Amino acid sequence: MLQSQKYVLPLLLLFFGVIFLGFLNISLGSVNIPFKDVFASIFNLEVSKETWRYIIVEYRLPKAITAIITGSGLAISGLLMQTLFRNPLAGPYVLGLSSGASLGVAIVIMGASVFGGAFAGILLSKWSLVIASSLGSLLVLIAVMLASLRLRDTMAILIIGLMFASLTAAVVSVLSYFSPAAQLQQYVFWSFGSLGDLSWNEVGILAMFWFVGIILAVSCIKNLNTLLLGEQYAKSLGVSIQKNRLIIIIATSLLAGSITAFAGPIAFVGLAVPHLIRQIIPVNNHSILVPAVILGGAALMLICDIAAQMPGQEYTLPINAITSLIGAPVVIWLLVRKRKFLF
Amino acid sequence: MNHTEKHSILKTIDLDIGYSNKTEKTIITEAINIEVNEGELVAVIGVNGVGKSTFLRTLSGVQDALKGKVLVKNEQIQDIDSLELASLVSLVLTEQPISKNLSVFELVALGRQPYTNWIGRLSKNDLRQIKKSLQNVGIEDLQHKKCYELSDGQLQKVLIARAIAQNTPLVILDEPTTHLDLYHKAYVLKLLKKLTRKTNKAIVFASHEINLAIQLCDKIILMQNNKVTTGSPKELLESGAFSTVFPEGLIVFDKASASFKINP
Repeated sequence: MLQSQKYVLPLLLLFFGVIFLGFLNISLGSVNIPFKDVFASIFNLEVSKETWRYIIVEYRLPKAITAIITGSGLAISGLLMQTLFRNPLAGPYVLGLSSGASLGVAIVIMGASVFGGAFAGILLSKWSLVIASSLGSLLVLIAVMLASLRLRDTMAILIIGLMFASLTAAVVSVLSYFSPAAQLQQYVFWSFGSLGDLSWNEVGILAMFWFVGIILAVSCIKNLNTLLLGEQYAKSLGVSIQKNRLIIIIATSLLAGSITAFAGPIAFVGLAVPHLIRQIIPVNNHSILVPAVILGGAALMLICDIAAQMPGQEYTLPINAITSLIGAPVVIWLLVRKRKFLF
Repeated sequence: MNHTEKHSILKTIDLDIGYSNKTEKTIITEAINIEVNEGELVAVIGVNGVGKSTFLRTLSGVQDALKGKVLVKNEQIQDIDSLELASLVSLVLTEQPISKNLSVFELVALGRQPYTNWIGRLSKNDLRQIKKSLQNVGIEDLQHKKCYELSDGQLQKVLIARAIAQNTPLVILDEPTTHLDLYHKAYVLKLLKKLTRKTNKAIVFASHEINLAIQLCDKIILMQNNKVTTGSPKELLESGAFSTVFPEGLIVFDKASASFKINP
């Protein structure tokens, strides 16, 4: 079809952009490693220094893959939510998933001190944080799903998600109020988000969730397009709203939930990338939007991670701050320049 | 019009419409018996709140009937699965499509949705049908425009084209002429008439344009408080059915000109 051929080039550019950024991301870091050795490490050839190989294979490569997974996964969940709720302000957080995760982690980190000693030791390992945040998002997810099965009105789900978000945020505030500074700091550090702490095993688990989520999203492409007409029209075209709503919510939860569990609550990407892509490629057809948003999310996250590393420096800035620091001006600039909001 | 046998597209048998919840039923209108044949243009007329939309929603299967049957091509509507129903009945609703960033072509192409593969790829046949419906409605020159660039009248035509592209024997429109000026009201209704003749589809629409409907339609379904009268405009004129459509006093039906006049 003519209309989709027009978008093959931008998609290809995005694809190669992601590959280029991926290599760039792996080559840059606090230790200077020559390009030659970066390649050699990735393709398992002779590397001049064994430590370099270790840095590349055990640290930078999983981090880059995590960046690609988190960026694309969050961006796709944002797109799914925006189309499902027909609301340009929707993102993965509207279902209350990241707030659920935050609550889980807050209870583990800060609750440990509140509830007392013996508990604290076991609770503070890394896996317990992953499990706590998964459980947190899962609980919120179940609540939202139960609500969505009972409710006819999709907008009501949006409100319920936001209510859960504000409820959990309130509990987190109360917990923070009673926690000692050390625990509070640990929680704040978790909330900064982090791409670099994942082992290959964890990357594997995250990738599995990502894969299922993306497959579900892709399976909805056709019905997402009908949702652009509104639910009544979609129904009249033979689309089952309840079924698709459920699939979309499950896909979003798998993506956003698993990503928040492993990389922390990364804001902004989910909300902004779909808008960035719509400004760059003015299209509403999801068979083009979905791949474009996946690639765009991955690209943005790789860029943000490069910036967070501050090549050549010892520091790593919190990724959660960088995504907004880089992304927000870009979105503002695009909107002002085009003077037109495309949704 | 010839009088050879026509195929029934839509039929209701003792249909009660209204709303029900767990505790109570609210019946709006009882015992509706109507029949619509292929190639007919049918208007549903009645004052605000009389239940036209509920009636159309029940006819299109969006809402369940309280009692009685709705038959589409002689098959009961609840027994038809949703995808098959999408190839039998298409809708034009009062709510506007929410995403105005769609191009006219894309919006009309969505009418082919029930026939496309899992990712919505348009086949040659789909493209042909889309082109044909753009031609039939006379909006080929608009196809690359975005919906936010269109006037209300143009948008209405685009929505009609989408319903035509869905290629169903029955098209149901809920108040297709609201927000339009007199010229475009007449234009849209004339277009519907032309489409019934050209494509042999049955088209049922709710409207407040009684004067225009009397001139154009093959059949009028007149909804009044708990009473439904059906017939050709001529039959209804002769029986004096129009004189009771509105509450007495303000406007009266003038039989001579077959139109409503303000009571002087």
